[in-house]
Amino acid sequence: MKNKKEIIKSYLINFIAIALMFVILMIATDAGLINRYVRGILMTIFINIILAISLNLTTGFLGQIALGHAGFMSIGAYSAALFVKYAQDTMGITLLQENGLTSAGLGFFLLSLLIGGGIAAVFGLIVGIPALRLKGDYLAIITLGFGEIIRSLIEYFPFTGGAQGLKKIPKLASSLNVVYIIMIVCVVIMFAFVRSRHGRAITAIREDDIASEASGIPNTHYKVMAFTIAAFFAGVAGGIYAQYLGVLGASSFGFMKSIDILVMVVLGGMGSLTGSILSAVGLTALPEMLRSFSDYRMLIYSVVLIIVMIFKPSGLLGTYEFSLTRLIDRIVHPGKHKKASTMKKEGAEIE
Amino acid sequence: MSNIDTTPVLKTEHLGITFGGLKAVEDFNISIAPNELVGLIGPNGAGKTTVFNLLTGVYQPTEGRIELDGQEMKDKKPHQMAKAGIARTFQNIRLFKNLTVLGNVKVAFNQNMKYGIFQAILRTGGYWREEEEIDQKARELLSVFNMQDAADKIACNLPYGQQRKLEIARALATNPKILLLDEPAAGMNPTETAELMEAIRIIRDKFNIAILLIEHDMSLVMSICERIVVIDYGMIIAKGTPKEVANNPKVIGAYLGE
Repeated sequence: MKNKKEIIKSYLINFIAIALMFVILMIATDAGLINRYVRGILMTIFINIILAISLNLTTGFLGQIALGHAGFMSIGAYSAALFVKYAQDTMGITLLQENGLTSAGLGFFLLSLLIGGGIAAVFGLIVGIPALRLKGDYLAIITLGFGEIIRSLIEYFPFTGGAQGLKKIPKLASSLNVVYIIMIVCVVIMFAFVRSRHGRAITAIREDDIASEASGIPNTHYKVMAFTIAAFFAGVAGGIYAQYLGVLGASSFGFMKSIDILVMVVLGGMGSLTGSILSAVGLTALPEMLRSFSDYRMLIYSVVLIIVMIFKPSGLLGTYEFSLTRLIDRIVHPGKHKKASTMKKEGAEIE
Repeated sequence: MSNIDTTPVLKTEHLGITFGGLKAVEDFNISIAPNELVGLIGPNGAGKTTVFNLLTGVYQPTEGRIELDGQEMKDKKPHQMAKAGIARTFQNIRLFKNLTVLGNVKVAFNQNMKYGIFQAILRTGGYWREEEEIDQKARELLSVFNMQDAADKIACNLPYGQQRKLEIARALATNPKILLLDEPAAGMNPTETAELMEAIRIIRDKFNIAILLIEHDMSLVMSICERIVVIDYGMIIAKGTPKEVANNPKVIGAYLGE
């Protein structure tokens, strides 16, 4: 572990970077630089970052391929949506006014995300306990099946709007700034989790599950823990998604959505949270930037994926974590470069 | 070694396991005193590793019982056995390959750490205190094996002999009462073996634990073990001091064929 001064320095640098991004976002919004289109892309990026990082907990750190992430996302989305709809329609609380959220609206928005995440986590627990006794392909198939079951159930039950979907959800995720802060909080929590004894235990299971058990790690306990936390954050992301769009349809949470998230994780690097952020941003923005190529857009997108997988099979960052502190350190003291490059191999487990 | 009035740290009574119709281990009785160094030898396929798997909870015995410090260990999973105080290494090294050397050792401290998820997320005082404590402990442990300088290396990049030592260091981090070493000298050259023998002695004295080791390298077994248990076809065929065992006709028969 580095000494206290360095830890505080690195916290400070990251905090300043986050705050700086926030200020830029605010100024851009005030200056009218962010139109509806750009706002939509940024919102999707924020949601995708939460989704990709949370899936990275199970797929990258725990090393179990899970194909039902969209299922957890949909549970969160519908739970949050039904909750705020109930608050507005039945309880008659004013959540939105003309110029944005009321303070009750903000409170209910945050509460709805906790509820969405919480219910998704409960499902994660229920699915995880039996499913995580299996691993590899078997687990992938089970989670795939789970995702499809959820989708079918949503279409079946009338209270979710059935196949027609859920409409007129209060659009509480209207402020980019609020969603940005929520995204940052989610990312920080997951970072802190990974860089703790729990994260270390989960990584150990990925590396060798027999050795981890022999070293006193209760594998099942930690597997379920990682899976549940991942489900929680998928649910939170779903809650934001629902209240940003205002309408929900079960078909948008199909198998392909899970694959989309998985692609982000694999491309960014399994076991690198910063890699997930990078690829969530890239893979969300790329198709939009290629819009002028219209017909060839998805083709180019696929080619990019193939090229990355051929030349960097472990993903863009592998298990390496990008660190702003280290980058600044290298720019300020280029002489220490050599030491820094051996440090980088410490990867995810040493703060 | 007189161990008449001390409770044995590990004791088995009529321990056995049957796979289908095959009796892999049968009527295995052993009693290891605290701080004793015992060797377990036998020809290939005799059931040595199966004994280890029984003792560490990988297999559940179909017969007999295991006592650790006078307490019966029943239906325990491997991580519970580790927590209770039985640590092991593996015949084919099993490290957390992509973690650092230090990280490997830290994983094994997990069971004795207390801070919860929320304390980890909020980075409370407890988190920092415990993390700092195990960081220090892990480095101390590595320095016993003279590996403190390799702390930040990735485990799979270590030379073979150091990987073996790291595995032992990791096992010791669980704070065991007894350490089971499965062929620690396998694949080592004579210098590395000599170093390892020295290390095993140091561990025993410094950590004050009992050690049970499986080994094919007879010079190692004969020179460091105080007592040797020989098994063949899953049954104990001889017990005693290295000298007694070496001259036992049954043992000679098992190794050389009658």
